[in-house]
Amino acid sequence: MYSLIVLLPIFGAFITGILLRNNVSPAKCGAVASFLVGFSAVLAWICFFTFEGETFFVSLFEWINTGNLVVQWGIWVDRLTIIMLVVVTTVSFLVHVYSIGYMHEDKCQPRFYAYLSLFTFAMLVLVTSGNFLQLFFGWEGVGLASYLLIGFWHHKDSANNAAIKAFVVNRIGDLGFILAICTIYWVFGSLDFHIVFADPYIMNTKTITFFGYNWDILTFICLLLFMGAMGKSAQLFLHTWLPDAMEGPTPVSALIHAATMVTAGIFLIARCSPLFELSITAQQFIIIIGATTAFFAATVALTQNDIKRVIAYSTCSQLGYMFVALGAGAYKAAIFHLFTHAFFKAQLFLGAGSVIHAMSGEQDMRKMGGLYKLIPLTWLSMLIGTLALTGFPFLSGYYSKDAIIELGFITDGHIGEYVFALILFSAFLTSFYSWRLFFMTFHGRIRAERSVFNKVHESPFSMIGPILLLGLGSIFSGILFKKYFIGDYRDSFWLDAIFIEPDNTVLNEIHNVPYWVPLVPSLMLFLGLSLAIYAYIINTNWVNNMATMHGSIYRFLLHKWYFDELYSKIIVKPYRCLGYILWKKGDQGLIDKFGPDGLASLATKISGFCARIQTGYIYHYAFAMVLGLTILLSLLVIGAF
Amino acid sequence: MSLDPTYFLVVSAIVFSLGIVGVFLNRRNVIILLMCIELILLAVNINFVTFSVFLNDLVGQVFTLLILTVAAAEAAIGLAILVVYFRTRGTIEVDEIKMMKG
Repeated sequence: MYSLIVLLPIFGAFITGILLRNNVSPAKCGAVASFLVGFSAVLAWICFFTFEGETFFVSLFEWINTGNLVVQWGIWVDRLTIIMLVVVTTVSFLVHVYSIGYMHEDKCQPRFYAYLSLFTFAMLVLVTSGNFLQLFFGWEGVGLASYLLIGFWHHKDSANNAAIKAFVVNRIGDLGFILAICTIYWVFGSLDFHIVFADPYIMNTKTITFFGYNWDILTFICLLLFMGAMGKSAQLFLHTWLPDAMEGPTPVSALIHAATMVTAGIFLIARCSPLFELSITAQQFIIIIGATTAFFAATVALTQNDIKRVIAYSTCSQLGYMFVALGAGAYKAAIFHLFTHAFFKAQLFLGAGSVIHAMSGEQDMRKMGGLYKLIPLTWLSMLIGTLALTGFPFLSGYYSKDAIIELGFITDGHIGEYVFALILFSAFLTSFYSWRLFFMTFHGRIRAERSVFNKVHESPFSMIGPILLLGLGSIFSGILFKKYFIGDYRDSFWLDAIFIEPDNTVLNEIHNVPYWVPLVPSLMLFLGLSLAIYAYIINTNWVNNMATMHGSIYRFLLHKWYFDELYSKIIVKPYRCLGYILWKKGDQGLIDKFGPDGLASLATKISGFCARIQTGYIYHYAFAMVLGLTILLSLLVIGAF
Repeated sequence: MSLDPTYFLVVSAIVFSLGIVGVFLNRRNVIILLMCIELILLAVNINFVTFSVFLNDLVGQVFTLLILTVAAAEAAIGLAILVVYFRTRGTIEVDEIKMMKG
C-alpha cells in the first residue's frame, strides 16, 4: 500500500505527460492526474489512521551495491513519514484539482500535470526514504520539478531567470548536503538510517579535521545538513530564490513553495534528530538563523505590493519559526507547525490565485481593493487562512505558532532572549502584513481599472472547492491534532520516530510558562489587526506618511534588505566577469584557437596550397614528370640507391 | 668497320632533347605535342638499334619494331582524341587546355 502511495503520482506523470499528451482534452488530463494523486491521498489518510507507530522498512530493490556501499531502494515508514505523506498527497491532490480550473486557458496543460505529478512523486520518495542517498534523490527530484514549474511559462524571461536562480541557489545548499552525506558515509560506513541513527552517542566525542580546524563530528555533519536545509527551506542568506519563484503558476506556489518542498528542510532535520539532538552548537545556529529569518522575512513582507510575494515572504518567515522549534529541540512542534502551515498557507496561496484569476491576472495589490462583495467565497477562504496564519484563537496557527513562541520563551541565555524578542515581534508583523494584504485586496477603495473590475467574477467550483477543503484543515487541524503532535498523547503517537535526549523536556516545560506568555501572541495578533485596520481602512494616508517620513527604512525594506543587490555586487557580477574572461580568452582565445578552429584552418591552408599546384597546364605536369624522372635517374647514377 | 657508337648516341640524345624541349616550349598546338612525343620515342629507337648492332643482339631491333607499332597506335588514338576534343571545345591550343586547374 505504501509503495502504491508513492508510485501512483509517477504513473500520473507518465500517463498525462506521454500517453495522453495529444489525445484527450486538457481537462481530462487534469482529471486523470488528480484521480491518481487523490487515490494516493486517500490511501495516505487510511495509513494515517491505521498506523500503529512502529517504525519499519520495506525494501523494494537493491539500488546500489559496490561491495562496501549497499543502498536499498525502499520505503521507511514511521510517524514522521506518515504525516508527511498525508500533507504532501492531500495538498497535492487539492492543487491538482484547483489547477483544472486555474489553468483551463493554458495550452500546455498535460505538461503541467506531468510536472506536478512528478513533483509529488519526488517529494514522496524524499519522505519515504530509508537512507540518505534515496533522500538526496528525492531532494534533487523536487528541485528539478520546482525548476521546471517555476519556468513553466518559459516564454517569459523573468520566469526563466527565476527558475535558474532557484536552481543555482539550491545548489549551494545541496553542496553542504552532499558533503554531509559523504562525511556520514566516511564516519559511519553506511548511509542507512537504521545504522546511522542506531546509536548516536557513539560519535559523541569524536572529532574531524577540516580546513585545519578540529570539529566535533556530529556538529560538522549537522551544520552541513543544515546548509542543505537552508537552501531548500529558503532561510536567510539562501532565501533569495523563494520570492522570485513566484513567477510560476499560483498552484505551483501553493504546492511547492508553501506546503511541501520548502518544508523538506524541516523534514530533513526532524528526520536527523538523533544527530542534531547531540550537537548543541548546531542547534544554537539553527535557532538563531530561524529567528532571524522569521524577523527578516516578516519585515520585508510589510512593504511588498505583489500579493504572491507577500505570501512568499510570509512562508519564509513561518519556515523560520519551524527552524526555531527545531533548534529549541522541539522537533514535534516544528512538524506540527509544518502540518498546520501546509493547510493555511496553501489555502492563502490558492485564495490569492483565485483573486488573481478574478482580476484577469493582476497581482499588484495597489490595483485591487473592494473585492469582497464580488468574490465572497474567495473572501471567506482568505479570511480563514489569514486568521489561521495570524494565530487567531482556536484556529490551527494558534496552537502551532504559540507553541513555538513559548519555546522561544523557555530557551535559555542571551540566545533565548534574542529569539523570543524576534519571533514575538515577528508575530506582530505577521499579523500586520497579513491583514494589510487582506484589507488592500478586499476592502477599501476600488482601485482596479473599470475594464478589469467589470470582469471580476467568482472562480469556478473546481477552484473554490479545494480552497474550502483546505479551510477545514486550517480551522480544525490545530484543535484536533494538538494533543497527538505536542500534547499529552505525543509519546504514544510518535513512539521512536523522533529521537530526543532524556533530559530534553522542552515540550513539558511549555506547559509551565507564566500565565502571560500564551496570551502575548494573541495580543500581538490584535495589535497588528488594529494597526492594519487603522492604516488601511480608517486613515489610509498614514502609511504613505510613514513611508515618506522614514524613507530610508522604507527603501531598505522595499529592497528586501538589499540582499539581491549585495549578491549581485559581490557574487554575480565578479562571477559573470570571470566567466566572460574565461570564455573570451580561455575558451575562444586559447582552446579554440589552437584546438578545433586551428586544425580546421590549417587543413584549409594546406588544401589551398595543394589546389594552387594543380594549374591544369599539360606542360606543367609534363615538367613535373620529367623533373622527377631526372632526379630519380640522377640518384640512380650517383649510386644513392 | 670501326664506327664509334658515340655518334649514334649523340644524335639520339639530341633528338630526345628536342622532343623534351618541344613538349615544354610548345604553347600553341597539341599536334606538335604529339609529334614531340614521337621524337622522344624515335630517339629511344635509335638507341635500341645502335646497341643492337654493336652488341650483336637482334632483340633490340625487334623491340624497336614493337615500339614503332605501339607509337603508331598511340598516335592514332591521340589524334582521334584531338579530333573529338576540337569538336567539343573548338580549339586545340595547349594554353587553353586547363580545365583540370584546381
